[in-house]
Amino acid sequence: MALDRWIALVLLGICLAYGYAAFFTMDQGLPPFMQRNPIWPSTFPKVLAVMGVLASLVIIFGLEKTSTPRDEAPSVMVYRALKDFHIWPALALLGLMVAYALLLRPAGFILSTIGFLVIGSAILGERRWLVMLVVSGFATGIVWYLVQVVLGIFLRPLPMGF
Amino acid sequence: MLEGILLGLSTAFSITNILMVIGGCLIGTFIGMLPGLGPMSIIAIMIPVAISLGDPSAALILLAGVYYGAIFGGSTSSILLNAPGVAGTVATSFDGYPMARQGKAGKALTIAAIASFCGGTIGAILLMIFAPTLSSVALLFHSAEYFALMVVGLSAIAAFAGSGQVAKALMMTILGLMMATVGEGALFNMPRFTMGLMDLQSGFGFITLAMAMFALPEALYLVLDPKRSAQGEDNSGEIKDLRITPKEAKSIAPVIGRQSLQGFFIGVLPGAGATIASFLGYAVERNIAKKEEQEEFGKGSIKGLAAPETANNAACTGSFVPLLTLGIPGSGTTAILLGALIALNVTPGPRLMVDEPQIFWSVIISMYLGNLILLILNLPLIPYIAKILSVPRNYLIPFILFFTLMGAYIGQNNATELLLLVGFGICATILRFADFPLAPLLIGFILGRMLEDNFARAMQLSDGIGFILDRPMTLGLLIIAALLVLLPSYRARRARLRQAGVADGD
Repeated sequence: MALDRWIALVLLGICLAYGYAAFFTMDQGLPPFMQRNPIWPSTFPKVLAVMGVLASLVIIFGLEKTSTPRDEAPSVMVYRALKDFHIWPALALLGLMVAYALLLRPAGFILSTIGFLVIGSAILGERRWLVMLVVSGFATGIVWYLVQVVLGIFLRPLPMGF
Repeated sequence: MLEGILLGLSTAFSITNILMVIGGCLIGTFIGMLPGLGPMSIIAIMIPVAISLGDPSAALILLAGVYYGAIFGGSTSSILLNAPGVAGTVATSFDGYPMARQGKAGKALTIAAIASFCGGTIGAILLMIFAPTLSSVALLFHSAEYFALMVVGLSAIAAFAGSGQVAKALMMTILGLMMATVGEGALFNMPRFTMGLMDLQSGFGFITLAMAMFALPEALYLVLDPKRSAQGEDNSGEIKDLRITPKEAKSIAPVIGRQSLQGFFIGVLPGAGATIASFLGYAVERNIAKKEEQEEFGKGSIKGLAAPETANNAACTGSFVPLLTLGIPGSGTTAILLGALIALNVTPGPRLMVDEPQIFWSVIISMYLGNLILLILNLPLIPYIAKILSVPRNYLIPFILFFTLMGAYIGQNNATELLLLVGFGICATILRFADFPLAPLLIGFILGRMLEDNFARAMQLSDGIGFILDRPMTLGLLIIAALLVLLPSYRARRARLRQAGVADGD
């Protein structure tokens, strides 16, 4: 089964969970005066859940007819090309983004940003450390100035405790 | 209307707003040139800056400038590198790149700039004529019609997604609408689908979602598939002789005239946009060209370059019509602009022209200004701006990722938002792998609240679902929406049956 149908299966699960909440749990705490309204907080979600389930079933069972054979569909072709993709650097960069999100407050903007940019370039294969340090230091300084001084949004520049 | 134009002129020609147009066009050109980065990513990255300006006119002028600049920059990389940064400029590379290979890069850039300028300017004139008319019609609409109109818009976006893609686009739209219901809405005053999490109380952040849907997957794709950023032969070193001859000008003039009109009207349709306009423009001009000129197409024809360039710019302007008059975005880019306006407490729609004419008219006036700036400022600067194409990707990609992180952080001032960004970004990249279109998700997300509000109001007014039958126009629009979704599948089915020899065409 190709990736798009697996994804549709996951989306079907999401729609079912969403629909369960809309149909069965959401209206339990509804005050009586709102129950006389023609529209409840769950009305629109109910419609969406039903439509979402139908759309995901159409994708899972391949009911939508196309004029091109399934083997030529871009999703099938991309799926086959997956093994040629550079997955590890991409995963490492995502990990780096998570680390940045967690360290931004405790380590301060300057340290974490320079670290992010230098390590990010290193992951992609750059080895001129001095150039990387100078470029990212310069860029960090400019962005900090723009955000803090021009836009007036507080960004702690130094690590906690300084 | 004259009053409005004068008001627009005085707003657009303030020093700040002129600077916004210039800055927006330059930034857009700069980033739009980078292969693999489309206008949606650039606008998503620029939104926090625009919102922090505080002035809706200035913000919209800045973002519109970025939009044109990005399209122009995309054409430049199509011509010089055969690496279109934007889907809307793919057709530009058909004839632009061969011209550059023949040493006529300067001429190709000039034709592209003039064609863009004319397309954009004629588009802006048409916008000035049609938007007020459409607005005054739209003022007669009630909630029921609005709801139906939005459904038509969303269905059209799904229907234009292409063969075999309608269900996927529809699924993404529904997912976007579902995501819009998360959090505490003004309508019911109770939290929905928050799973007890405080962070979800105010719903998902629009900037985070825009970044996660466009900027992050595009950057990750550049890492995953280095071939995408692999560049063709770089012709940027030989940009000289920007002039075109009067004979050439004469031969492209009718092309520009036709494609401005055609591009504009395609741009107005929800879901069609610059990409379809440029491909269709190219195809139409090739078909109606003389026999000997047809041979030239694909080998460096100036008509083949002028057609998609005019059409995509006219379509960009056209896509502002539904946004400004109905408050319904027809494309991912205009959806992001709508989100930015909502964040600034402005609701685009028919009342925009009445309540806030200075925003409406200054944006239109700034379109002329933006096109002029692209022509007189960016064109001579192109040889220098093109230097950015030689920035190594090892530096570029971490910077793009950093700007998406910064954008999400500035938007919400919250580190949890960064984790959400990464999570959504991963999901969006996987969805892109499987060829699920992402723009409908964002459009659904942004329209979700309005759609539900209008639905609720219509239900309350007619005390139930009867509103569909009460007003014939609502029913008509909903039938159109259903046809839009079902027709592509029906036609593909017929085409297949005919191929298999099962049915004769009728």
